[in-house]
Amino acid sequence: MLNILRYSFFDLMRSRWSYFYFVFYLALGFALLFLNNSLPKAIITLMNLIVVLTPLIGTVFGVMYFYNSREFTELLLAQPIKRSTIFMGQYLGIAGSLSLSLVLGLGIPFLAYGVMLSGEITNFIFLLIDGALLTFIFVALAFILSLYNENRIKGFGYAILIWLFFAVIYDGLFLIFLLVFENYPLDKFSLAATMLNPIDLSRILVLLKLDISALLGYTGAVFQQFFGTAMGLFLSTFMLVLWCVLPVGIILRVCKKKDF
Amino acid sequence: MISFQNIHKQYGRVKVLNGVDLGLSGGGVHTILGPNGSGKTTLIKILLGMVIPQKGEVVIDSKIVNGKWEYRNDIDYLPQIARFPDNLSVSELIKMIIHLRKKSNRSEELIRLFKLEPFLDQKLGNLSGGTRQKVNLVLAFMFDSRIIILDEPTTGLDPVAVVHLKELIRKERLKGKIILVTTHIMSFVEEMADQIIFLLEGKIYFKGTNEELRAKNNSKNLEHAIATLLEVNHA
Repeated sequence: MLNILRYSFFDLMRSRWSYFYFVFYLALGFALLFLNNSLPKAIITLMNLIVVLTPLIGTVFGVMYFYNSREFTELLLAQPIKRSTIFMGQYLGIAGSLSLSLVLGLGIPFLAYGVMLSGEITNFIFLLIDGALLTFIFVALAFILSLYNENRIKGFGYAILIWLFFAVIYDGLFLIFLLVFENYPLDKFSLAATMLNPIDLSRILVLLKLDISALLGYTGAVFQQFFGTAMGLFLSTFMLVLWCVLPVGIILRVCKKKDF
Repeated sequence: MISFQNIHKQYGRVKVLNGVDLGLSGGGVHTILGPNGSGKTTLIKILLGMVIPQKGEVVIDSKIVNGKWEYRNDIDYLPQIARFPDNLSVSELIKMIIHLRKKSNRSEELIRLFKLEPFLDQKLGNLSGGTRQKVNLVLAFMFDSRIIILDEPTTGLDPVAVVHLKELIRKERLKGKIILVTTHIMSFVEEMADQIIFLLEGKIYFKGTNEELRAKNNSKNLEHAIATLLEVNHA
């Protein structure tokens, strides 16, 4: 698997898109630090961007890479390699290279600004881990969609839709639900609903870590009240990891049955 | 010894293979013939494990290989369409496959044979179809595996390369390998085939030698024999 991971990884690292992604984060990091001129503020702005952007880039890149590397996949399938090894190698290759672009792209400006010496370093690291987790989750979802859809256009369409769903539509539905049923106790419902959306979950995770109750919103507040900060942090991280593991399990199952 | 046992495959509603039973024993060139869409490539891909049949088993040396992968160590495969990752160079691709298989290889000899030296550093996306097919051939012949599967090997090749290819196949046949070839070129079949397998509408309609096929259909040449076979079964 390491071999395939290596090839996918280097293949991607050489492509323009990885550079583009890296340079984008680099510019974003510098711009935010310049404009805010304060680390905590820059980190909060960054969080708002990361929870929306990394899923988008993850799904689009995931689908694009899967369809583009179809030849490579077919070549590998005829070799004495297990199917699961091929797909895991490719998955880890793309999710890994995207995460690396994120970590380096943001890490460099923040290091230059002196984040290491400030009290914000753990918060910053948390933010990067959060972004990386989101990348792994959404690349996995993208892989599932591409495995199910031979047609690229359809695959792309579904990928954008799934991002839109989790980033925008889900919250809208959630709010409507809260308004309609405002006379009922909704704590447990909103807890469950948050767990089912990795983007919400990761937002709450970072906000809990940053300890900014003003920004937590209703669900975040419920979350904090229900579990306390430490338990809340643990639980949301655990759920995010679960959000990674489950789609990967589905990839492994689906890839065994697919014809090439 | 390779045997297909009651293989059924359909894509959606389209039935491609309809209970194929086929045994290939002993070395030699086994050619699979059949009209377009008769299931030749699907059959080959099932042998390779790239396509999963709804029913039936593939047995190699009395071991069922469905869902396994180690057996592919003994198989070299030339896909029908030479498609490779565009942004790898020829030498990178060859190195990568060698790295994955970890077997001794004779890539250099084959690169010289097909005169690929000038292309080694070029990206695969920039190569012509014929050159790509030559790279494909290098990959397929560079390991010394027991079973060789060639799906339309002559596609896009110039006459010189076809001569080299036939030479290669003859040499491998002498080593007692099982060579499975699909093709539409009748002269290639007449020249090379030890056994002809005729696939039509997902079933094996004929299996035997060139002479047997001609005798059965009272035809002077192979092309006629195939045409007769098609007419009789389609009419």
